[in-house]
Amino acid sequence: MTTPLLHLDKITMQFGGLKAVSEVDYAIHKGELVGLIGPNGAGKTTVFNCITGVYTPTQGKVMFEGRQISGMKANRIACGGITRTFQNIRLFSRLTCLDNVAVAAHPHHKAGLASAILQTPAFEADEKALKAQAFEMLDVLGLADYADQPATSLAYGQQRRLEIARALAGKPRLLLLDEPAAGLNPQESEELMTLITGIRKRFELTILLIEHDMKVVMGICERIAVLDYGVKIAEGTPVEIRSNPKVIEAYLGEEMPA
Amino acid sequence: MKRFLPPILTIFALVALNVLLPRVMNPYYFQVLMLIGINVVLAVSLNLVNGFTGQFSIGHAGFMAVGAYASAMFTLKIGAPFAASLTGVPLPVAQGIALLMALVAGGLLAAGAGWLVGLPSLRLRGDYLAIVTLGFGEIIRVVILNVNAIGGARGLPGIPPYATFFWVFGVVAIVIGLARNLAHSTHGRALFAIRDDEIAAEALGVDTTKYKVLAFVLGAFFAGVAGGLFAHFLSYLNPSSFTFIKSIEVIAMVVLGGMGSISGSVMAAIVLTLLPEVLRSVKDFRMVIYALMLIVLMITRPQGLMGTRELDLGALFGRKKAKVVS
Amino acid sequence: MTEFLQQLVNGVTWGSVYALIALGYTMVYGILRLINFAHGDVYMLGAFMGLYASRWFHAGEDPSPIKALLVLLTSMILCALIGMVIERLAYKPVRKSPRLSALITAIGVSLLLENGGVLIFGASPRFFPQIVAQKNIELGMGVVLSNQQLIVLVVSFGLMLALRWLVLFTKVGKAMQAVSHNHMAASLMGISVDRIITFTFMIGSALAAAAGVLVALQSPKIEPYMGILPGLKAFVAAVLGGIGNIPGAVVGGLVMGIAEVLVTGYISPSYRDAIAFVMLIVILLVKPAGLFGKAVTEKV
Ligand SMILES: Nc1ncnc2c1ncn2[C@@H]1O[C@H](COP(=O)(O)OP(=O)(O)OP(=O)(O)O)[C@@H](O)[C@H]1O
Ligand SMILES: [Mg+2]
Repeated sequence: MTTPLLHLDKITMQFGGLKAVSEVDYAIHKGELVGLIGPNGAGKTTVFNCITGVYTPTQGKVMFEGRQISGMKANRIACGGITRTFQNIRLFSRLTCLDNVAVAAHPHHKAGLASAILQTPAFEADEKALKAQAFEMLDVLGLADYADQPATSLAYGQQRRLEIARALAGKPRLLLLDEPAAGLNPQESEELMTLITGIRKRFELTILLIEHDMKVVMGICERIAVLDYGVKIAEGTPVEIRSNPKVIEAYLGEEMPA
Repeated sequence: MKRFLPPILTIFALVALNVLLPRVMNPYYFQVLMLIGINVVLAVSLNLVNGFTGQFSIGHAGFMAVGAYASAMFTLKIGAPFAASLTGVPLPVAQGIALLMALVAGGLLAAGAGWLVGLPSLRLRGDYLAIVTLGFGEIIRVVILNVNAIGGARGLPGIPPYATFFWVFGVVAIVIGLARNLAHSTHGRALFAIRDDEIAAEALGVDTTKYKVLAFVLGAFFAGVAGGLFAHFLSYLNPSSFTFIKSIEVIAMVVLGGMGSISGSVMAAIVLTLLPEVLRSVKDFRMVIYALMLIVLMITRPQGLMGTRELDLGALFGRKKAKVVS
Repeated sequence: MTEFLQQLVNGVTWGSVYALIALGYTMVYGILRLINFAHGDVYMLGAFMGLYASRWFHAGEDPSPIKALLVLLTSMILCALIGMVIERLAYKPVRKSPRLSALITAIGVSLLLENGGVLIFGASPRFFPQIVAQKNIELGMGVVLSNQQLIVLVVSFGLMLALRWLVLFTKVGKAMQAVSHNHMAASLMGISVDRIITFTFMIGSALAAAAGVLVALQSPKIEPYMGILPGLKAFVAAVLGGIGNIPGAVVGGLVMGIAEVLVTGYISPSYRDAIAFVMLIVILLVKPAGLFGKAVTEKV
């Protein structure tokens, strides 16, 4: 078997007495669209934080393309090909939509500080290219009309899409989406599903998706992993997951995976 | 080349005013004008740290002091003899070269101090960082008070008054131009992103460490240069010019102008330098009124005069329309 | 050895004053995340209120313990009221503003109190009356403690214990803890967040006032700018201990007082004002959240 694109090697994340993630083992291969589900507080977002370097797992390793990335600084992981969106939207509130996206494109920008301050022609050309790139991402997400608006002026669903545009501008090979459908109405979720499969094809992405909306997860993911109290209790195809007794147990009292 | 036009015009204007102003202007007004210039440099440089990057530095007077004393000592020991040795060069030019060297020396030393203070900013957030910068400022002051070679508590007199209008406002133009270009560049966006959400910025590939230290170093460099101008304008340095109160004055300018707004900083520096002067007639009440205005302004306009916006001077200078920066 | 012990005694006395001031910083910070820069000036006001109170009670001409106590209490009550007014008029309106604007407001209040002080009390130092005649107490091994120092120690530690009791065991103390934890949740539990915040300011101001009177007992020259440096240092003490942490503020204050006295005694008085900040930087580099602060990972 080939090396997986992302390999979580028994990662554990402990906060004081709480094990938010406990010895999770998981592999994702290039080109897959994988779901990560679980009840509230199961540790899903914490897994994302461990992958992206926001937290360093207290035990275990995260391997990306065969190299260990756990312990690296978040910005190096991002430049190395993993970008994400945030569950509780974290846009740069005082920047325009275009600038929000341009920030993420920044690591691929070559002009140095001196040329920026002197505004050399090379710098201006570079800056123009970067803006064009950022604009393209906005366009992909259907936000081109809002390029010059402040990010916070967008409607909620649009802010979620802006987060995706921003993550895409980092030219990731692995994209992590944390509850992209949260707060969207059924029609918007539907559009989102088309959008996600669309960008996956267009940018040849591997995607890991956290989502509570079972319709979305079951609809687009090829494989699903389930977390409960920080432990991975199941993984498999949507069909397998839906009939897994452990999963049903974990979700008891909550919405059942329909 | 079109892009060299504004700098050239600026230089011409500065030279003309440099000759004209001291001759036609009341010396008191001229002094206030020069202090405004120096405060603009301070405010804009602090804005790079507090406004652009959202860091919390309250020790700017410390960097200013480092630059002031370093450049003054440089001129006294090296610059002045050097200027005197430059025969065949017109005096203003020789003195200008000496001043430039002194400013760069002072700025670099201050930048080094900024780097030292910026380093802990990697580990400390918010108020903790603030208090470290405050501590740094106080330590610098106590050290200056105790080093006799630089005058100690008596102060350092006899600094050649090289800082003419040309130099003070030349630096003003440079620091404004630099901040503006930075704001419009990818590096500026990285700073703004850190200000708005450091965690998101980092997760999207912004090297937050590098940029925070960069902001500190740049801010400290220009604070040091401002200190150098101050030294070479007043000809005399006293440790009491660089107390915590001075840091506060500069912060007040940045906040009043609007965090991240360059034109806001400039306007606030002008207003807050003039205000105590205007209030001189009501002597005893002067500082009380100043304090009250500060409080009332913060209550009524907490985002400052300009918020993060910029004054649109584009039309005025016939350049391409300046966009909203952030 | 004798000298060292004597220094230690002086250091603890001086440190207990820092601790009293630091408590106000730490409580306000814990509850509002605001560095109340005006707190050092409330300490100054405490000394002046004490001065006026001793006039009213003629405590200077005819000293008695009761009068001294009355002076202390009057000053504490007046400063608590001043603290309340400051909070209501200046801080409440900026509670939801950006942090830095709130900080500038605090600085504005500080400038106002100092310069208002100059207007009202005059710029030149005033002398605090001797409301307690000085006597020295021999502690053995040649170490002496003045009765004034003893009063400082007893009063400040008494107040600290009282505060601890208030915070841990009374209803209002528990409400303070709840508010410092989470404003929203506290208000959902039926706590009047506004009232608790005001109350916190009043307590902190009263403690600072007590510190002002206690210091004036020992060094009677008082002037409107006397609060700046002790205020800054007390804040540093609070940060040293881990800001927001009440026992931390006490320990931070004591550590600071001892360190200052030792530097004055063994190195040079002129570096006394720097040691606080040097210690601060060193400790924060080693323990970024202060001695007793817990490092928390921000939830993302
Ligand atoms: N920085 C932190 N400090 C302390 N506890 C944390 C931290 N981050 C997460 N936790 C805890 O870890 C557990 C898992 O949280 P996490 O956010 O990963 O859950 P989740 O599966 O994403 O839940 P949700 O569906 O609600 O988003 C929770 O109990 C949470 O309170
Ligand atoms: Mg989550």
